[in-house]
Amino acid sequence: MTRQITEDQVGERIEAIRRRPQRFRDERVTMAHGAGGKASRALVEGLIVPLLDNPALAALSDAASIDVGQERLAFTTDAFVVRPISFPGGSIGELAVNGTINDLAVSGARPVALSAALILEEGLSAEVLSAQVEAMARAARTAGVPVVAGDTKVVERGKCDQMYIVTTGVGVVAPETQLAADRVRAGDKVLVSGTIGDHGVAIMLARGELDIEADVHSDTRSLWDLVREVLARCGTGVHCMRDATRGGVATVLNEIAMAAEVGVVIAEERVPLRPEVMGAGEILGIDPLYVANEGKLVAFVAPEHADAALAAMRATPAGEQAAIIGEVRDEPPGRVLGRTGFGGHRMIDMLVGDPLPRIC
Amino acid sequence: MTMRFVDEFRDPELAAVLGREITALCEPGRHYKVMEVCGGHTHTIYRYGVQDHLPDDIELVHGPGCPVCVIPMGRVDDGIAIAEQDGVILTCFGDMMRVPGGNGSFLDANARGADIRMVYSPLDALRIARDNPGRQVVFYAIGFETTAPSTALTVLRAKKEGVSNFSVFCNHVTIIPAIKAILDSPDLRLDAFIGPGHVSTVIGCRPYEFIPRQHGKPLVCGGFEPLDLLQSVYMIMRQLAEGRAEVENQYTRVVAYDGNPVALKVLAEVFSLRPYFEWRGLGSISSSALQLSERYAEYDAELRYDVPGLRVADPKACQCGEVLKGVLKPWECKVFGTACTPETPIGTCMVSSEGACAAYYNYGRYAKQRLHLEIAT
Repeated sequence: MTRQITEDQVGERIEAIRRRPQRFRDERVTMAHGAGGKASRALVEGLIVPLLDNPALAALSDAASIDVGQERLAFTTDAFVVRPISFPGGSIGELAVNGTINDLAVSGARPVALSAALILEEGLSAEVLSAQVEAMARAARTAGVPVVAGDTKVVERGKCDQMYIVTTGVGVVAPETQLAADRVRAGDKVLVSGTIGDHGVAIMLARGELDIEADVHSDTRSLWDLVREVLARCGTGVHCMRDATRGGVATVLNEIAMAAEVGVVIAEERVPLRPEVMGAGEILGIDPLYVANEGKLVAFVAPEHADAALAAMRATPAGEQAAIIGEVRDEPPGRVLGRTGFGGHRMIDMLVGDPLPRIC
Repeated sequence: MTMRFVDEFRDPELAAVLGREITALCEPGRHYKVMEVCGGHTHTIYRYGVQDHLPDDIELVHGPGCPVCVIPMGRVDDGIAIAEQDGVILTCFGDMMRVPGGNGSFLDANARGADIRMVYSPLDALRIARDNPGRQVVFYAIGFETTAPSTALTVLRAKKEGVSNFSVFCNHVTIIPAIKAILDSPDLRLDAFIGPGHVSTVIGCRPYEFIPRQHGKPLVCGGFEPLDLLQSVYMIMRQLAEGRAEVENQYTRVVAYDGNPVALKVLAEVFSLRPYFEWRGLGSISSSALQLSERYAEYDAELRYDVPGLRVADPKACQCGEVLKGVLKPWECKVFGTACTPETPIGTCMVSSEGACAAYYNYGRYAKQRLHLEIAT
């Protein structure tokens, strides 16, 4: 009955399977494919990327890098289907602008311009629509990035939930900026730019299905000012940045660990967390490490630049609560481990399943 | 970041002290196997790395107390059959959504057009029924004595409010017959049990007394914070060291020795025992599950709908039964982590975060190595 192989061998075999190219084998799309975890990865890497096959896409970074003449451009797009469309701390309009700006920013690109496509449900009130376009305008003004092109479509009642927004952004990467997952190496420090899980928990509570009252606001905001300061202070000492949206900080750490074939170790007690978010997570059995953020990034920084990067983050309004949460090791490649506040340790794997659909 | 009433139970220094005291109680050369019955304990053990504070000679064996893990495939198919009837909204706890049946999971059924919704409480299901008077709302009830009272109270409320488009597909099970089945298993090699704290808040500690009396094994009812678990192990080790076998209560801040009489009364009012029930991996166990009693039969979805009620054999490769009984460790199962993973589970132990296999897969695979995790500032 019992196999004559050891626990370590089983672990190795699992890792080999984890690293295999993803395949999309499901007969239909389920909500799990939208959750930002393993099923999303199978959908993107197993179905979409192979068919659209090209090197810029295959890099699977937050924004594609395209050379046009002497300029290096960053180019990205994102769809927003959040429910409800308004919530404490923001709304779909702000998310749509900030989310795309942040995909450019963490690629080291100065955001230049955005486009926006609005998909509207028949019957949507003009008041709601104008409030959301105003929210977009406000976020664009705050970030200093104009929305220069757009499209509108209307679908029959019930074919969409009030409104969806798709934004596309283009930015310019300075010649000296070099951010890439494969630049992450052993010794790098892992920084987060502030408290985690605020957005996901704010949405969950805003749905009003839980009878939990807590003062939690979405963290939606542009991260470009913060990124600019960090790059100005640390230059090539910053190896990689990712914004920790769907799937949260844990998913970003796993993506980088696998892409750079390094181990990532974090100390859970160093992860900045609001008591309200921690409390909601405790009650709902949800780990904040996997909860979406809309204004937080994870940075991998050479150790000699880590303190400067931390100081640069903390000097900006978006990064006042930034912290060094862990570091990169040679071992175990492709895996993320956490030291628990209890003095033990655990694995932190990719998210499976869907704790909360339609978060952004 | 600190959180009152939580951090007190996760203090690493207290844990280290308890760990040393536990080690001092170990008889040199003896290997101890302690089963935590409840899936909530399994989750805590892996989530916080509790094993890191225990000596290698104490092995924690993960028991059958994960409500999702004991649901057989046929009952999943029954749920889908109900959900696929016209106008039905099926509601369930989130963990159920990915449990594979003979024809996919609830998530797959939704992709085919069913309306299966996740709720946090049966009362939410009743609210959906009130909000959708033109539809039938069925609550897919799972869980041990922990969750059964909330289902019972919801049925009572539905009756009081006259909500007639609400019914319950009842899969509630009881813990004692499952523990008996494990104790009667011929390949059993357990030294003691950590009793399920949440179940015990309802049934109390008395129902476990047969375990020390008839089987000579200690049981300590334990709480769910990591220090609760360490203290429970400590109490067990003291009993073993002193040659005692008793039922003790570590979780005194919540569990009364005689349980919760109000909850027990509600259970007796709304439910009756089924003659037998099929458990995933453990097979058919007599008098081990609840159904709605005759007085509340009008809320019984099994009577309201034509369900297939077929027994679907567990996949051949699946060794959930051995894992649930603690005979196999998760990684010793033939398909663990290869064919059976959290995203493509074959067995139910791989689905819920309380399942022994999923907990080990997600959190525990590196626990053995005792990596040096100090992080320089």
